[in-house]
Amino acid sequence: MASSKIKFELPFHITKRTDIVAWKAWLVRGGAIVIAFILTAIVSTILTKGDMGGFFKEMFVGTMGTANKALKFLNGWVMLLMIGLALVPAFKMKFWNIGAEGQTLMGALASVVVIKEWGKVLPEEVLIILMLLFSIIFGAIWGLIPAIFKAIWNTNETLFTLMMNYIAIQLVLFAINIWAPNGSGTIGILKYGSFSDAFGMNYIINIVLVTIVTAILFIYIKYSKHGYEINVVGESVNTAKYIGINVKSVIIRTMVLSGALCGLAGWFLVGGSPTPTINSTLVAGRGFTAILVAWLGQLNPIIMLGSAFLVVFMQTGAAQVASTYHIGSSSAFGSIVVGLFFVIVIAAEFLVNYNVVFKIHKHKKVAKTADSLATFGNKVEKEETKKEDIITEEQFEEELESIGTRYFERTITKSKNFEGNDTFTPQKEKPPVEKTAENEEKEDK
Amino acid sequence: MFLVFLRSAIRLSTTFLFGSTGETITERAGHLNLGIPGIMCLGAAGACVGEEAYLKGLSDMSQANGFAVVIIGILCAMLFAGAGGLLYAFLTITLRSNQNVSGLAITTFGVGITNFIIPQVDVTGFTTVVSKAFTAYAPGADRAGWFSDLFLTYGCLVYIAIVLAILVAGFIKRSKQGLSLRAVGENPAAADAVGINVIKYKYIACIVGAGISGLGGLFFIFDYLGGNWEYTIEALGWLSIALVIFSVWRPNIGIAGSILFAAFYILPSYVNVPFQYRELIKMIPYVVTIIVLIAISLLRKKELQPPASLGVPYFREER
Amino acid sequence: MENEITKEVSEVSPEEEKTTEVEQVEEVKDDTPVIELRGISKHFGEVRANNNINLTLKKGEILAILGENGSGKTTLMNMISGIYYPDEGQIFINGKEVQIRSPQDAFENHIGMIHQHFKLVDVFTAADNIILGDKILKVDNRKVLNSYFSDYRGSISSAKEVRDAALNAENPEARSRIYAKYLMKRQRAYLKVAIKTAVMPLLRFWERNKFNYLARGRIEAIQHYIKKFGFDIDLSKKIYDMSVSEKQTVEIIKVLYRGANILILDEPTAVLTPQEIRKLFDVLRKMKEDDKAIIIITHKLNEVMEISDRVSVLRKGEYIGTVNTAETNYKELTEMMVGKKVDLNIDRKDPVDPKPRLVINNLTIQNNEGRKVIDDISFTANGGEILGIAGIAGNGQKELLEGIAGLQRVESGEIIFHNPKENKPVTFFHNDIKQIKEKAEKGMFHYPDGTPVVLKGKSNGEIKKLVNNEQILYYENEIINLRDKKPREIQELGIKLSFVPEDRLNMGLVGNMSIVDNMLLRSYRKGKTAFLNRKRPKNLADNIIEELEVVTPSDQTPVRRLSGGNVQKVLVGREISSSPKVLMAAYPVRGLDINSSYLIYNLLNKQKEKNVAVIFVGEDLDVLLELCDRILVLCGGKITGIVDGKTAKKDEVGLLMTKHVGEENDSTQENNEVEEVEDNGIKQN
Repeated sequence: MASSKIKFELPFHITKRTDIVAWKAWLVRGGAIVIAFILTAIVSTILTKGDMGGFFKEMFVGTMGTANKALKFLNGWVMLLMIGLALVPAFKMKFWNIGAEGQTLMGALASVVVIKEWGKVLPEEVLIILMLLFSIIFGAIWGLIPAIFKAIWNTNETLFTLMMNYIAIQLVLFAINIWAPNGSGTIGILKYGSFSDAFGMNYIINIVLVTIVTAILFIYIKYSKHGYEINVVGESVNTAKYIGINVKSVIIRTMVLSGALCGLAGWFLVGGSPTPTINSTLVAGRGFTAILVAWLGQLNPIIMLGSAFLVVFMQTGAAQVASTYHIGSSSAFGSIVVGLFFVIVIAAEFLVNYNVVFKIHKHKKVAKTADSLATFGNKVEKEETKKEDIITEEQFEEELESIGTRYFERTITKSKNFEGNDTFTPQKEKPPVEKTAENEEKEDK
Repeated sequence: MFLVFLRSAIRLSTTFLFGSTGETITERAGHLNLGIPGIMCLGAAGACVGEEAYLKGLSDMSQANGFAVVIIGILCAMLFAGAGGLLYAFLTITLRSNQNVSGLAITTFGVGITNFIIPQVDVTGFTTVVSKAFTAYAPGADRAGWFSDLFLTYGCLVYIAIVLAILVAGFIKRSKQGLSLRAVGENPAAADAVGINVIKYKYIACIVGAGISGLGGLFFIFDYLGGNWEYTIEALGWLSIALVIFSVWRPNIGIAGSILFAAFYILPSYVNVPFQYRELIKMIPYVVTIIVLIAISLLRKKELQPPASLGVPYFREER
Repeated sequence: MENEITKEVSEVSPEEEKTTEVEQVEEVKDDTPVIELRGISKHFGEVRANNNINLTLKKGEILAILGENGSGKTTLMNMISGIYYPDEGQIFINGKEVQIRSPQDAFENHIGMIHQHFKLVDVFTAADNIILGDKILKVDNRKVLNSYFSDYRGSISSAKEVRDAALNAENPEARSRIYAKYLMKRQRAYLKVAIKTAVMPLLRFWERNKFNYLARGRIEAIQHYIKKFGFDIDLSKKIYDMSVSEKQTVEIIKVLYRGANILILDEPTAVLTPQEIRKLFDVLRKMKEDDKAIIIITHKLNEVMEISDRVSVLRKGEYIGTVNTAETNYKELTEMMVGKKVDLNIDRKDPVDPKPRLVINNLTIQNNEGRKVIDDISFTANGGEILGIAGIAGNGQKELLEGIAGLQRVESGEIIFHNPKENKPVTFFHNDIKQIKEKAEKGMFHYPDGTPVVLKGKSNGEIKKLVNNEQILYYENEIINLRDKKPREIQELGIKLSFVPEDRLNMGLVGNMSIVDNMLLRSYRKGKTAFLNRKRPKNLADNIIEELEVVTPSDQTPVRRLSGGNVQKVLVGREISSSPKVLMAAYPVRGLDINSSYLIYNLLNKQKEKNVAVIFVGEDLDVLLELCDRILVLCGGKITGIVDGKTAKKDEVGLLMTKHVGEENDSTQENNEVEEVEDNGIKQN
């Protein structure tokens, strides 16, 4: 009677997959990236009414056309990477820190505060070190606050850190207004505290230091005891407790680290720029984009090098394409390209983690073999729809064989049992051992 | 002065209210959609595209029918925003990707598309014809002095937002489907066990929620700004998400909350404080939201908690 | 015919159901069993959970399904309620074969199951939970129209009566007045039906979406069941405020409300107090009177005797038989349940020099809900001996072990650990110089020649030298109370306590980490650097893989991908590798094949030979009886007996497992019988 009701069923079936080979996974991801590139190329070709070659050319011109552009691109890359790296420990712990924007901004603010307060009086080197210290502390505090509430009262960290972003932005706007009492809303370019042109090359310190941080963080996550604890807490709080990890302190410690690294990024953004200044859009949404970068980079600092590169490459390249062909504002086209890229890659991740099995396919197979096994085709159907994770032909055949034997066994036992009535008395069903016990019992009575 | 301030706050509150009402529906189904800022942008962009097409189709702008303008605006906004919601739903429900990551991707995508489309839209007629249609009120409604100023002389979207918020609150609290929706967000396994189609509910919640949020963008552009474009919708989107928390996932509380948020948002331009401190006043909504967030986690009152499965993908165990 | 009716019932409102219910009762008067299972089998991987099971359930009876843990009771019932689908066999409901593929199908067949883990939404009220998912009223347009028109015909005919009255009126004036009345009535009827027909779509929409889901019929329908079966429940109470018993009541009402005639209760009494059990049984009896068919899964014999009409016994997935409760007794049921002793040939050596290692005094542990899960128990685990803990799952075994390991808050009592230090040298591993000085002052140490150690006046360097040369020895065992000590503190005290938890991948191992990294869990803190040393864990992992024959592609494979037996080998291997003084293992062979099981038994036996105090929590009595030197039986958080593993009888332990201490206030016939049987068992010893 249940089957009389027609039910809508999807033509495919999704199962979790745990055993994809690494190279296959990367093939899928690589394929997705290529598809994303081609799609954006097609979209922009249509919009620009130009040719595809032009699109790719402009992409490269925009990012690496001149030495200056290449350097700027490199800086953009390491900045995004830096903030992404800051998120890694938190995300490894399954703490959804989406407050990187605010934490970075607070770091930057701290640097500017130091410059404003002591810029004139302190020697440049001391000033820069002081900026670094303050940036790290400010960033760490901004990460610490939600961590404390998460650890003690389990306050939702996603929403908490999200709100902290805007408090940071407002604080920066407030500070700017304090420094610029004329109401212009900008503080101009700061004269002190820039270490951008050290060693005669712009951004060199940023690039070098971020590279070092990448390496250190990779080692920290993979080879340090702290990193190990973070991993265990993220994977299973129960196991963490079982081996005596203080989960609360790990949460707080890790978020301080995450915030501090964001603060460091803030220091780079202020001091590491040839035109040190601050405004509310200094971080330029990198705090959010970095989440995507970290996610696409599998929370692995080395892979994140690649994901950050791709994102910045697409953003800058698309901006160049947009400005060359006059299609919309350059940043807008950049975000479309990046957005499209993310959507496609996120979707590809699904193919890595899940198996899509088409049911029609399976039924056909059943139908084919059912001819030769016509006697229990019906049963096979029943078996099949339930055993849903059958994929390969081999497995299928195995399964079929076992069904066959089981069916055979069953028909035999059934024919044996069939003359039995509805209620099976214990005497009938019990194995011989039981029977004797039964009899003894009866005799006792 | 105060009247003007309050009036202005109520007007702006509509944006937040639409945004948070939509987001509430989505979150009640267990999905934290951080793409709301992008989706609100999409809504506004959709409305712009729709209106442009409508106005272009007319031989003369003065022929524009106010009613048609409003309907087209609403439909196009919901269509665009709903498409954004569908994309989000597809990523998070069917592809089961991380909700935060997908939401942020939608925001990037939505803002990008909007910023790309808007400069190409022909805005002639927006400030005059379209905005007029959206801000029009019933004839004679302005005759009751301060009362009409405060209550009667808004564009239709303000009332729609409030009615919608009340309806959605009632729907969630009282209707059977609302009960099912809440169950899906709280304990999808339990909902599944009694035969509720969890996936269907989640999809509908994401799409409808996004569609309603999109109206916030529409309102902001055509009513509040009077047809001018400004790139601040994104920031309003984040405030809308904050408002959801502030209203503890109840759109009827959200009505008062949205007015409060809007009041703080515009307060700096109405009070006589040194302009430096204006930014601090704007900070208040976020601080209040955090306090509410902490308070609900401290109170441990179960009704006030976020939906229990918020952010957790649902994957029915294989049998 | 029957099917037609049942199908309709599931879709009509509860109010209407009351009427159809009566029809149904008349419908099935014959002796067709409501459920009949024929040759049901189900396996999970290699494990046969059910094998060729035949069962019948009649109308208006309570059938108890009796069996130990893992005997396949719940699996069998899950197949009736649509959680699993049987590999083989047929299910007949009211004599017709049905396919039950989902809980929905089960509901359509009027089967409702109350699971052990309630599926309720915490923040909802009882009423909300009961109503949740209730099919929206389906209104047949034609029926509605017909009702409008029959209304119309009714009012027209009443109007016609008025007209007739007008015809019979005496004077023309009255006649015309009455006639006018008739016309008006007719007009009204016309209008009414016209409007109703016009707004019907709207009305229908309203009917379907009744804005208030608690409106009218629903609450009444729930109340109807509450009154009928005498439930005691506050419908407006939130689930999170409820006791387990109340939650269970909500679940029962939920399935009744959804039209279940066949109720399956999975271990309904496991979580209830005796008073609550009595209440539940009263309700069940009332349902029985109402001709509902009830299956109750249980392992408590006294309850079986009290409530059931017939008992079906399962053992290790096999159907053993069905007996009428009135014609059976405890002894027979126990025998059917535990079966005859099977010889496993586990090698058991006599314990060598057992000395107390872990002494538990008056331990009490409460769970999160404030219920005492371990109630004032005391026992001693000796070194060089395997202490088995027998009992039906959920009687406090988990909490006991976690309490000892420092993972559960202990309410009261002591956990005394005797660190075997007698005549062993002091090390710096767990003592710094200050501690050694303090302990020496207390006279805890002696030199190898037997004279007491005096450290006064000695420099730190000299002491260091003495310690490093192993010249300072303990007089006697260190005695430490482990109560309220965190796992980390226990570790830092140098107490080598290994624990193999029940839920391996949720506690004990990290599924997504490689075997090597899982080895690290216990030892990652070693070493002074901030970095991990993976060298030794890797060796350990390779050793375990080789010695325990773990089937894995490499030592870098995430544990999650290994099969159950291999996961267990990895865990047990790691826990044993730290040469523990106490080894606690909870169900270490659960879900393992024979070979892996024997491997684990051998490992435990080897530990025993190494003078480790092994605590083995098991569910298979045969294993417990062959492996353990002593067996402690837990029931309801209390110790119901400690027996000698060599001499104890299987049925004796089986009875102890189901004997609730202090619950038999109303000493019934059956309970006396328990005592007698137990006495016999002891006498035999």
